[in-house]
Amino acid sequence: MSKKQHYTITVNGKEEEFLAEPRELLIYTLRERLNITGPHIGCETSHCGACTVTIGGKSVKSCTMFVAQADGKEVTTIEGIGGPDDLHPLQAAFKEHHGLQCGYCTPGMITRATKLLEENPSPTEEEIRFGMAGNICRCTGYQNIVKSIQAAAAEMNAAKEAAE
Amino acid sequence: MIPAAFEYYRPKDMAGVLSILEEHGDDARVMAGGHSLIPMMKLRMADVPHLIDLQDVGGMSDIEIGADRIRIGAMVTQHDIIDHDGLAQAAPILREAALQIADPQVRYMGTVGGNVANGDPGNDMPGLMQCLDATFTVVGADGERDIAAREFYEAAYMTAREDEEVLTAVTIPLPKGGYAYEKQKRKIGDYATAAAAVQIVKEGGACSAASIAMTNLSDTPVFSDAAGAALIGTSVDETALDAAVAAMLGDIDPTEDNRGPVAFKKHVAGVILRRAIERAWSRA
Repeated sequence: MSKKQHYTITVNGKEEEFLAEPRELLIYTLRERLNITGPHIGCETSHCGACTVTIGGKSVKSCTMFVAQADGKEVTTIEGIGGPDDLHPLQAAFKEHHGLQCGYCTPGMITRATKLLEENPSPTEEEIRFGMAGNICRCTGYQNIVKSIQAAAAEMNAAKEAAE
Repeated sequence: MIPAAFEYYRPKDMAGVLSILEEHGDDARVMAGGHSLIPMMKLRMADVPHLIDLQDVGGMSDIEIGADRIRIGAMVTQHDIIDHDGLAQAAPILREAALQIADPQVRYMGTVGGNVANGDPGNDMPGLMQCLDATFTVVGADGERDIAAREFYEAAYMTAREDEEVLTAVTIPLPKGGYAYEKQKRKIGDYATAAAAVQIVKEGGACSAASIAMTNLSDTPVFSDAAGAALIGTSVDETALDAAVAAMLGDIDPTEDNRGPVAFKKHVAGVILRRAIERAWSRA
């Protein structure tokens, strides 16, 4: 067995230092070591996207990254996007437009969607479906997820215009 | 899922990578994005006692478009390929293919180098690179050498790269004419049931050059010289399409798996190649 190593990862702006084996998957580091339970484990096989986080400007499935790879990086989870008292426009739109039913996939969906809208602030329905293809939802049939992201995009673009 | 324990290395340069490879031989593996290797390690189908992460090595993330060739560093991701407008102009088949690989999250991590070096017959880039007559550059203790993509693949996961070598770049001659990468898959993120890469040149209404390679229809990618030859000198009519498909079917050797029996795969391969040729011809 390899020895535990010292790692430093900044999660949602907070620097976390800990000892772990390099083989630990980042999703377990987040959930079990750091108690950041927003990112979920759906399939654990890089398919479902429930564990999606943002690292270095990329949407990443945290079940497919060793903690050692994330050493020294900045990680953003759903907790860093918005909370109950300050919902991100995407979170507000998912609530408003019924973009979730059971909610299990939602943290990954919204984390991925923040990056999608950053790259493409006004996506078409087709672009949303293509850009969200790494996240699986078994409840909604995706219709309301698409609507929620479209609504959030409109809201964010309007806010940006008002600010300019 | 917990992979077997390993020693993790993140060297800052290629000399560091090569010295670890030399010390540990085939007990060591390099990792780029890790989106093929990590799933295999989680399933304990790959045992990697010494894992070398290439993320800090540098010098392998550039896309250079020259007058007659394109050089793509091994650490260039599928997302980088899609995002690069100059590349989409110079070799649009690369973006068309990359968009059909896996899903957005995987494309941020998955690299061109990993895709071609892994030797998985399901990967899309190997067939594409054979179609484009790419050259792979590998570096080892004795320096660099170039290997033609069409001679790189020996069997599933067996390639002309030695264990102590690292694939650093892919170089392709600037492609000419019409193009298509056509892929049949069961769902997003799946490997191809069958896929075809086609580049085709039209001169005076006739096909003057054609290059065809197929994905996931043998234990290696299949460059079908005969299928390309069947189109040359024709107007790519029904007879020529039939001849190209028949020639391709003679070169592939699919096996039955959860994507279907052999007869089905051959049928799909024919449909996919026909579509790819027609689309490439329409763009030529």
